[in-house]
Amino acid sequence: MSAPNVPGQPSPANPGDQPDPVRGVPAGAAPDADTMALRRPPAQSGAARPAGANPTDGPAPPPRSPAGDSAAVGRGAPAGGVAPGGRSPWHPAMLFTPARLRQLGALVLVGLLAAVVTGPTGNSDEPLQAAWDSIADPRIVLFLILAVALWVVLVLWAELRGVLTRLTAPVRAPVGAAYGRRGAPIVLNVVLLAIAIIAPQVVSTAAQQSMVTDIGIYALLALGLNVVVGYAGLLDLGYIAFFAIGAYTTAYFTSQSAMPWHAPFTLNPFFVFPIALVLAALAGVILGAPTLRLRGDYLAIVTLGFGEIIHLVANNADGITNGARGAFGVPHLSVHLLGLDYTWGIDPKPYYYLLLAIVVLVMIAFGRLERSRIGRAWAAIREDEVAAEATGVATLRLKLLAFAIGASVSGFAGVMFASKQFFNPQSFSLQASFFVVAVVIFGGMGSRLGVVVGAVVLQGLAFYLRDKVEPADRYIYFGAVIVIMMIFRPQGLVPSRRRRREIELSEAGIGSADSLGSAPAGGRP
Amino acid sequence: MSPGAGDDTGDLVVEARDLQLRFGGVTSLDGVSLRQRRGEILAVIGPNGAGKTSLFNCLTGAYRPQHGSVTFWPSSGRPAELVGRRPHAITRLGVARTFQNIRLFPALSALENVQIGTEVRQRYGAVSAILGLPHARRAERDGVRRAGELLDLVGLGHRTHELAASLPYGEQRRLEIARALGTGPGLLLLDEPAAGTNPAEKRDLAALITRISGTGVSVLLIEHDMTLVMSLATSVTVLNFGRVIAHGTPGEVQRNPAVIEAYLGVADTTGDAAPAGGVDAGTRKELR
Repeated sequence: MSAPNVPGQPSPANPGDQPDPVRGVPAGAAPDADTMALRRPPAQSGAARPAGANPTDGPAPPPRSPAGDSAAVGRGAPAGGVAPGGRSPWHPAMLFTPARLRQLGALVLVGLLAAVVTGPTGNSDEPLQAAWDSIADPRIVLFLILAVALWVVLVLWAELRGVLTRLTAPVRAPVGAAYGRRGAPIVLNVVLLAIAIIAPQVVSTAAQQSMVTDIGIYALLALGLNVVVGYAGLLDLGYIAFFAIGAYTTAYFTSQSAMPWHAPFTLNPFFVFPIALVLAALAGVILGAPTLRLRGDYLAIVTLGFGEIIHLVANNADGITNGARGAFGVPHLSVHLLGLDYTWGIDPKPYYYLLLAIVVLVMIAFGRLERSRIGRAWAAIREDEVAAEATGVATLRLKLLAFAIGASVSGFAGVMFASKQFFNPQSFSLQASFFVVAVVIFGGMGSRLGVVVGAVVLQGLAFYLRDKVEPADRYIYFGAVIVIMMIFRPQGLVPSRRRRREIELSEAGIGSADSLGSAPAGGRP
Repeated sequence: MSPGAGDDTGDLVVEARDLQLRFGGVTSLDGVSLRQRRGEILAVIGPNGAGKTSLFNCLTGAYRPQHGSVTFWPSSGRPAELVGRRPHAITRLGVARTFQNIRLFPALSALENVQIGTEVRQRYGAVSAILGLPHARRAERDGVRRAGELLDLVGLGHRTHELAASLPYGEQRRLEIARALGTGPGLLLLDEPAAGTNPAEKRDLAALITRISGTGVSVLLIEHDMTLVMSLATSVTVLNFGRVIAHGTPGEVQRNPAVIEAYLGVADTTGDAAPAGGVDAGTRKELR
């Protein structure tokens, strides 16, 4: 009862006497251990990676035999035994941990895929011809070299980081141990922000357009869905419906001509933001109140249905929404205040910077939310709903809150989207819903930076593929990328700490973040 | 609480009356009544399948009995009926529990586990959290401080930032107790807290329960370990086949032939095996 345990207090770093059964390293050495864990996908890959599971095509040989061998090693050893965590003296062989060899295998696979994607286009008579040509082409060597080079860079970087953390450990340990809630380092954030600010200056106008309507909007959508899927652990497959509500609300209030149905007055789009926010949140609550009692799969189906209803209504209610022709002529965002007159016009850059500011603000806001009692309650619901309820967490209300917050962000993005460009019901199709879910899973559920990076990568891929492949074929590549991702890095591109731990624990057979039934069974050490 | 415990319910903390719980054709609780005085450590014992955990689940809102009522007297405020309330509402009234098979939040740290308990009474909402308003920050600090105190109380002060799942079994049990205490209960329900612990851990646990009881929290305990029950409990209720077959002080219950029969099959050593009816009458008298 003496001194209360304040976060600044370091947890005792005790190498040796109490090994962490999950990670095989003392939890006290937080930064170092986490770095290692990040580089090393948990032991699932051993089982999930037979040599024949090559998603690109049949004839491609299994990437490299050492990878196969190491997979066997990974299967034999328990999760805790794989990485010694940098405690033992350094040895060159440590560069080739099974995890890193798996990483190499994944990179080679991605390289092969990239070679096929950038190769010649096929035709309907011989659909596989293009793939064959790509494999036979000498360019493939270039891609393989690139893949290996990237792997070398990653390994060197990890080693360098290991050395750096060991050198700075005495200084950083107290900070790192605090809550385990430290976000990405400030330097990284500043660099990323700088890149985001400079990026539109150096790309084509078409790319700038894509950075607004695809990357920016989807980053915002993914941040919102991340609250629902990543924080509260609810699968919402009709998320795009709230986006549609935001967009059509904008058309209703800001234009007399965009839709047959319109308000008797006209508002500046900026005033529509709060209206759309409230309307979307309301729709979220109305949908959520009766359905959030349902468990995972049922909720997904109900939300899927809701998304389709909104889409079909938008598509078929000609007299209200202008049907499949879409709403045309929603005014751009503009400010007329105190002598300030500014209109966001055809040029995508001002829109981009506005969106960037909004995305950054939302990221900060949700970061605070995640670290508050509300974020912790969501984590509790995700990990064990029964225990959360017994600990006094009003599970239904908090799930509803997550739903409403996610929906309002989606509605907000809808206003942005509608004022930026022409839209029709096609923008709110099932595919769009799935795409947002894919962005969240790809980027890393529960990680704000992750989902934004996910939007950048997946939409960047879409932009890149735009003139390379048939539009209908694009999803083949998305699918392939996501499958590879799920095999080698199920926690996502930039995983959140909590989610990563949960995945590691469920791999180790302790607890289960996704099922409500099982209780954590911590065996005696 | 009040010294004037002359009236019928003055010093009670919880009273269950005639609880009946059926699952299809299986009767789990068949008219179970139970009374606990404030500050008392009451143990519920009985063979496997006697309905002990079902009773807990009825008290905490996890199950809803088909018949019967449960009244809880919070340390301040009016008595409340618990049947029909949702579990989180019951917890907020001041009835906290642990689980027979430990149910922690495995990927959260020990501190965060307890924090979630301490935060159930906090009022600040999403907007205050996002804006970082002073009262939200203050509440946050209070939660951390309180959780740290509780970790010290259960002897886990050195484990603050470790993942719940990485703690040894006995410490997980104590962490679960700390989390339950975080909700500020007047009544703490412990479901087999000593299951699977070694003798040393059992002694620690007994000391901990005594300490908790000393802070004014009433403890209702399911336990199989008779030594622990006999050393800790101020009174004991025995369940068998969903019925209360005995109630009294540990000594009385230990000598009760019906209890011996329930546990050992036939009462051959005590000689005078009293008829079940007589015991029941005695039990009812004891309850008064």
